[in-house]
Amino acid sequence: MCGIVGLFLKDKALEPQLGALLTDMLITMTDRGPDSAGIAIYGGNENDGEAKLTVQSDNADADLQTLAADLGTAIDAKVSMTRNDSHAVLSLPAEKANAARAAVRELRPGMRVMSDGDTIEIYKEVGLPKDVAARFDISSMAGTHGIGHTRMATESAVTTEGAHPFSTGADQCLVHNGSLSNHNSLRRKLQREGVRIESMNDTEVGAAYLTWKMREGASLGEALESSLNDLDGFFTFVVGTKDGFGVVRDPIACKPAVMAETDQYVAFGSEYRALVNLPGIEDAKVWEPEPATVYFWNH
Amino acid sequence: MQTYDLEANGLRGLNSALHAQSETTNQTEWNIVNPKGSHAIAVGLNAPIEVTVNGSTGYYCAGMNQQATVNVKGSVGPGVAENMMSGTVVVEGDASQYAGATGHGGLLVIKGNASSRCGISMKGIDIVVHGNIGHMSAFMAQAGNLVVCGDAGDALGDSLYEARLFVRGSVKSLGADCIEKEMRPEHIEILKDLLERAGADAKPEEFKRYGSARQLYNFDVDNAQSY
Repeated sequence: MCGIVGLFLKDKALEPQLGALLTDMLITMTDRGPDSAGIAIYGGNENDGEAKLTVQSDNADADLQTLAADLGTAIDAKVSMTRNDSHAVLSLPAEKANAARAAVRELRPGMRVMSDGDTIEIYKEVGLPKDVAARFDISSMAGTHGIGHTRMATESAVTTEGAHPFSTGADQCLVHNGSLSNHNSLRRKLQREGVRIESMNDTEVGAAYLTWKMREGASLGEALESSLNDLDGFFTFVVGTKDGFGVVRDPIACKPAVMAETDQYVAFGSEYRALVNLPGIEDAKVWEPEPATVYFWNH
Repeated sequence: MQTYDLEANGLRGLNSALHAQSETTNQTEWNIVNPKGSHAIAVGLNAPIEVTVNGSTGYYCAGMNQQATVNVKGSVGPGVAENMMSGTVVVEGDASQYAGATGHGGLLVIKGNASSRCGISMKGIDIVVHGNIGHMSAFMAQAGNLVVCGDAGDALGDSLYEARLFVRGSVKSLGADCIEKEMRPEHIEILKDLLERAGADAKPEEFKRYGSARQLYNFDVDNAQSY
């Protein structure tokens, strides 16, 4: 199974409530995925020229203690850090983002870089969605759009790195409901191409595939289109970008998806249940996305 | 009329109360409020009662229905009226995948669109969709009638047995062993009755009939690619 929720706000007045709305949607999808949960949230970033790196550690107390200073020295730049439980958001000059990613890996081999970009932050852990949401206080977060996932594991172990969303590039992320059947051969192929894949998870291969396609020059829309030919298995994907989000389902479309749109937002849920507490849902346009069709909303 | 607040009182209480109704019940009208997309609403009914669901539902609404009439004033999730035996289920909005799957009898009316696999493996149910249906509909359909006032998606009636398929609009593609067939007077009669009972504003003469070419009934090595 697995549950997906997504919310893309058109009305700025709702931005302070984004985390609260998404949390409610996410918890409703607990039945579909009680193993682990995660959320990608696109918040504002007032500091032009600054990038955000979200990192996670199972041993956060030790790993985070002097991380900002150590990283600052390593990349020769000012780094500030905001810790949130097992995660932390590092702010640093945008042009140093790639160097910082590499330096974190060097300085703290046990840490995971969840995301990097101007506005994206990814939080994910093993546990019930309500516990994961409470742990990071997702409901207090503001932002323009966000994607959440509740996982019922099929293709790899229940671990933090097996949880969704997966980062596919700067300010991009992917969540998945379904299972890919050609992920082992595709993983080997992508690794030969030099694409970084860290787990045995099928969705990470899907994310890496999109990253690779875009590195080869495809737009995200084109990469999603070609995923319909190259990925074998069942999938409903929701992807996030800096200014929008997209949805694509495989041609068989047995993994459920419901969308709702009003003047205030576009929302995605694996089930309609996830959407029932959104403001104005009674009058929203509600529909099921077509199979093998790429949908996209941008600010 | 009995009114039941699903959000306040829970699903189990609702279905037990509905299951407790007999052939001779006086409580013939039930009104369910706050369904909020919940699953398995009004499943397994077996009494001549009328149930109205005020809002949209999740999976398997009105599954295994016998005798009862269930009206949904909203849209339904996957598997509405799955394995219905008799009675009537009317959906005012859209239906998600496999509406009316494996149904043995009764009438399912969907006033909006139905998505993929509508009427999959139907075994005698009548389904009338006012709008369009998605891909792989009536896959392995064995008996009954599927009426579509709009268009049908890919692979309609794949591996069909003896169900009758009537489509007014276009058919994106026919599945293996499904062919267009002649519309004879008895088919016009069947269709006229179904459209009337489903409150669909369409003329039987505007429809085309599709059925099984009966080439896949028994294994034939020349058809190996089509099984």
